[in-house]
Amino acid sequence: MNRRTIAALVAGLMFGVGLVVSGMTDPRNVLGFLDVSGHWNPRLLAVMAGAVGVHATLLMLLARAAGGRGARLLPPRNNRVDRSLIVGAAIFGVGWGLSGYCPGPAIASLGLGGRTAFTFVAAMIVGVLAARLVRRRAPSGCDSP
Amino acid sequence: MLTGLLGGALIGLAATVYLVATGRVAGVSGILAGALGGDRAARGERLAFLAGLVGAGLIAAVVAGPAAASPYSTPVLFVGGVLVGFGTRLGGGCTSGHGVCGISRLSIASLIATATFIAAGAATVAVATHVFGLGTAP
Repeated sequence: MNRRTIAALVAGLMFGVGLVVSGMTDPRNVLGFLDVSGHWNPRLLAVMAGAVGVHATLLMLLARAAGGRGARLLPPRNNRVDRSLIVGAAIFGVGWGLSGYCPGPAIASLGLGGRTAFTFVAAMIVGVLAARLVRRRAPSGCDSP
Repeated sequence: MLTGLLGGALIGLAATVYLVATGRVAGVSGILAGALGGDRAARGERLAFLAGLVGAGLIAAVVAGPAAASPYSTPVLFVGGVLVGFGTRLGGGCTSGHGVCGISRLSIASLIATATFIAAGAATVAVATHVFGLGTAP
């Protein structure tokens, strides 16, 4: 394994520990956040605030430290707002609400031995492959396949 | 709430490590899609990240016990999973890619996507649980 692969493994471990510590691998916390008309659970907002706060701050500091080379640190950003962005996000939201899982917590839950997570991840892979048959959108926030 | 903030901070740090090491944004749906295909060179790194995620779950299972289950039945979970896989690919990201990485980079598209999937998720839970009574199974 080269250094990049080891760093990716460490990043995955840290990411997963973060998801477990924050309670995001428990679908009830996620559904509690989405259930605005029931007993609303704001935990997911705290997780997002912590993650965005740290990530944005570190990116800013790194860009500043890199000086003129700062722009090269970040992959290009696709800021286009089009129909596939909105429709895709809406479809994802419906699936999120019908499960309480999004991709990260679901994959970490495989290690936790979650019975429902196995069903969900198998189905999610079917969905990813189905999307490949339909069309491909250039990524905006995400890792580009 | 404090554990939420703390866990979130760890996620933000992990996303930074992944970006600096690989030059790519740490969006889990994109990493999964890339691991299932995409270019061979980056596949190893993506698989390593996913292995780390599963490894963290394994550690947590040993330390804190098994996972909490989703309250939905298997057929509903399956439909949910297909929609999440399909929708995140069509929309170019999920909670990590748009919600954490995109918003951290001040992407308007990611902000709009995040607002959209939270609104769609909330509407779905309202209809599924309060109208159809789904998600109440043990």
